[in-house]
Amino acid sequence: MMSALNRKLVRNLWKLRGQIFAIAMVIASGVAVMVMSLSALDALTETTEVYYDRQRFGEVFASLKRAPQRLIGQISAIPGVRSVDDRIKYLATLSIAGFEEPVIGQLVSIPEKGLFRLNRLVLRAGRLVAPGHPNEAVLSEPFANAHNLQPGDTLKALMNGNLRILTVVGIALSPEYVYTIGPGALMPDDKRFGVLWLGRGALEAAYDLDGAFNDLSLGLLHGTNPQDVIDRLDLLLGQYGGRGAFPRADQLSNWFLMNEIRMLKTMSTVLPSIFLAVAAFLSNMVLSRLIATDRSEIGLMKAFGYSNRQVGWHYAKLVMAMAAVGILIGWLLGAWLGRVNTELYAEFYRFPLLIFRPDPGIFAAAAIVSLIAALAGTLGAVRKAAQLPPAEAMLPPAPPLYRKTRISGSRFILWLDQPTRIILRQIVRAPFKALFTSIGIAFSVAVLIMALQWLDAIDRIVDVYFYDTQRQDMMIGLVESRSDTALQEFRRMPGVLAAEPMRITGVEFHAGTRYHRGSVEGIPSDPRLQRVYDAGGRVVPVPPDGLLLSTALAEKLHVGIGDTVRVEVLEGSRPKSSIPVVDLYETYIGMSAYMHIDAFNRLMGERGSLEYVTLLVDENQLVPLYRKLKSLPKVASVTLKDAALREFDKTMAETILIYVSFFAAFACALGFGVVYNSTRIALSERGRELATLRVLGFHRGEISYILLGESGLLILVGLPLGILVGAGLGWFMASAMDSELYRIPLVIKASTNAIAVLFTLAATLLSAAAVRRRLDHLDLIAVLKTRE
Amino acid sequence: MSSSESSERRIATLAGEALTKVYRTGVVEVHALRGVDLQLYERELVVLLGPSGSGKSTLLNILGGLDIPTSGRVWFRQTEITDADESALTRYRRYHVGFVFQFYNLIPSLTARENVSLVTEIAREPMDPAEALSLVGLGERLDHFPAQLSGGEQQRVAIARAIAKRPDVLLCDEPTGALDSRTGILVLEAIERVNRELGTTTAVITHNTVIGSMADRVLYFGDGRVIDSEYNQTRRSAGELSW
Repeated sequence: MMSALNRKLVRNLWKLRGQIFAIAMVIASGVAVMVMSLSALDALTETTEVYYDRQRFGEVFASLKRAPQRLIGQISAIPGVRSVDDRIKYLATLSIAGFEEPVIGQLVSIPEKGLFRLNRLVLRAGRLVAPGHPNEAVLSEPFANAHNLQPGDTLKALMNGNLRILTVVGIALSPEYVYTIGPGALMPDDKRFGVLWLGRGALEAAYDLDGAFNDLSLGLLHGTNPQDVIDRLDLLLGQYGGRGAFPRADQLSNWFLMNEIRMLKTMSTVLPSIFLAVAAFLSNMVLSRLIATDRSEIGLMKAFGYSNRQVGWHYAKLVMAMAAVGILIGWLLGAWLGRVNTELYAEFYRFPLLIFRPDPGIFAAAAIVSLIAALAGTLGAVRKAAQLPPAEAMLPPAPPLYRKTRISGSRFILWLDQPTRIILRQIVRAPFKALFTSIGIAFSVAVLIMALQWLDAIDRIVDVYFYDTQRQDMMIGLVESRSDTALQEFRRMPGVLAAEPMRITGVEFHAGTRYHRGSVEGIPSDPRLQRVYDAGGRVVPVPPDGLLLSTALAEKLHVGIGDTVRVEVLEGSRPKSSIPVVDLYETYIGMSAYMHIDAFNRLMGERGSLEYVTLLVDENQLVPLYRKLKSLPKVASVTLKDAALREFDKTMAETILIYVSFFAAFACALGFGVVYNSTRIALSERGRELATLRVLGFHRGEISYILLGESGLLILVGLPLGILVGAGLGWFMASAMDSELYRIPLVIKASTNAIAVLFTLAATLLSAAAVRRRLDHLDLIAVLKTRE
Repeated sequence: MSSSESSERRIATLAGEALTKVYRTGVVEVHALRGVDLQLYERELVVLLGPSGSGKSTLLNILGGLDIPTSGRVWFRQTEITDADESALTRYRRYHVGFVFQFYNLIPSLTARENVSLVTEIAREPMDPAEALSLVGLGERLDHFPAQLSGGEQQRVAIARAIAKRPDVLLCDEPTGALDSRTGILVLEAIERVNRELGTTTAVITHNTVIGSMADRVLYFGDGRVIDSEYNQTRRSAGELSW
């Protein structure tokens, strides 16, 4: 049998359903964001680990010019090495029927009998290559999908100067190419770069590497320090043109993936924490006001002999029930969105498996934070009501004391009509209560700005990276470094308006104990295509000698202008030199370093060499130019800026935009919840006053003015406050997101502020409309007849 | 009725004909009014006496445009307001009716003068708020907020607020119900003065029979009907009353 008190509880809950829904929205937003973000992050991390483990993703990698297979024995003997996978890897230009632009293929050898030691493929369709069939190839799935290639289809590859027709026999995924990034690219471009696995024999024959290899991947025994293995491996490979071994952490696909996960981690801890804190704060404020309106019932219960504790528990249950609704909605929504989010990531990263096992701890943590916040707000209000002697609590509260203040007595107020005076005095009398509403509004605007500023930041990154720095239309990578006569050849090609030489060479930078593995880009003085551009808006001149460092790299190495950095080249004769830092420039992407190409060639002991050519071309002559490029054996890669830009936009749309839109929706729910609740509570606090005005002959619109006008005024205060807080949160997020791959600039466009304000206004209008409906149905007689 | 002939020649400010009101709460029907006919004439002060639940408040609410009858008709002068829409009723209350309630229903955030201004700002030919307040004896407390006034003072502000628009009718529902007798009499004196000096048709609801003696006419309510009515040959002034 339900006690009378519990029955009251259930009925109260039903009576308050509108407000409960609005509070639940606020709580659910916080909970859902946290559950969504963290469960997606967990899933992504776990999926990666399992995928790497199952497919035996290598732990140390090395590439070299050529080494005999007998070296494998010595490599296997390095302490800590569990298995060795020696391969042949080359880049080749591909021709695919119906696709004009040049396509780069990464050719990787696989054991013909399918005995993978490391980096096992996950076959998605067809089969692996058969021994003795050198023209069979397995394609990476994203690449095959991008060109709609199926087993049985063919494509042409220019391998070591020979045009070969390859037959697709299988489609596969590899842990080595989760992130398939072409040379010099920033984002995967599955149309223009793909991985092809061929039989070992086929590649040995094509590149004259019989009994030899040019790439290595090692599996280590548990607990081995990769650096020890790398040091020994470098010693062994030095004479075979080794380019420096590196751990899994520096492997390109994994490095990108880990960077993304790290960014996601920041995003999914910082953002939801802010969100949950905001939601908790708001539900706290709303509930404490709601309970305060129940004071006469609290007095009545005490008059009947209920103890303070019983009264407190009664309201605690009421609030827990409300919070439970929010938490439940938040859980369900968060788990569902987390799943959707994870599926999006899995699709984006091409994981062949997906592990979505949300940690119950995340759900519990989100629930506990919300519950505590809600209870804290409530119990304060209950205690205040319970402290009053019952007789006093049962009386309607004495008319709140208004006094003459400087504002209320000023000349200014004499200009105003009485309803406006009511609004102003109401706010002046309880400035903190009013402030809470404004703060609530400010937070929903701020959260929205924080989410939307990503788009502005990305716009700015794109502007600086793709427009201010890169003026070229495409970048051609050569198979190996060539003399600068090659440049003349490119300048004569159809449609080429300008061509500039460039070198990109892998190096290690050392400064004291600090070190970074990256590359130096050699460019001519006063370049017109690939420029050194400081994000502050300055084109940095290229000095004849010395290094130009990106500020991110300078910070990592702890060096400034005038300091010297030890540069150890990882290619060619592997020269080492100490070079002074001449200038710094700020970048948003990567950690680049530039030198004058002549100075770099002097360092390499080469004359007039180049590995890349940047081109400015006539759009109308692209087709003949592509044909020419595809026929040249020396061309290893072609990176088109437009395509890269499109890919960048697409990637952003698939990841960040979706995330941002979730936040936008939650921020709106927050705004709606805050305004609906504060107006609704104001209505119950002042229903009597408003009914009196109706009795005195005020129209509905006129009394709505008093209630909604007050909300409106508080919202007007909240909006600019929100823009300020939004900038603060944006700054906080941007600095939290700093990584080696990206620096997020704090850019908030006026339009972003406007959108945030408009969205919040729309949410508040919606809630105002809901309250207005109640105002229109105010029961005049009932309000006047009852005391309070 | 011997008096009906003479009263037909007078003008009724408010008239109700065969008014009934049935409240439905769930399955229970409450007959608050079971057929009431009445006229309130110009300058008249009528006291409606009766136990609680006898229907007098319901009648007052219907006459004041706060409620609509289940059946029957209501006239304000020559205009029938029975089927008036929400907005017309609002205008009716705004321009013609003054209300005083047992609980004063002042706006706490406005001073006495401003509470009165609230009404004068939307009225057609209002008096000065200060004038209305001095009419109820509060000329000295114009700029006090409700919290700074005693119960009787608050009720007199409510009366000033009700009469400042120079209403055609003043409807008072238990105006002294929450007050002690000494303060109550101060309030009644204010109502009496308004009725005499402004000639406002006034109806006062009470269950205090003593108050009946200050009226021109007393209507006795019981069980949703007017069960009796009585003319006072001479009105006693409010100051002479005691209970």
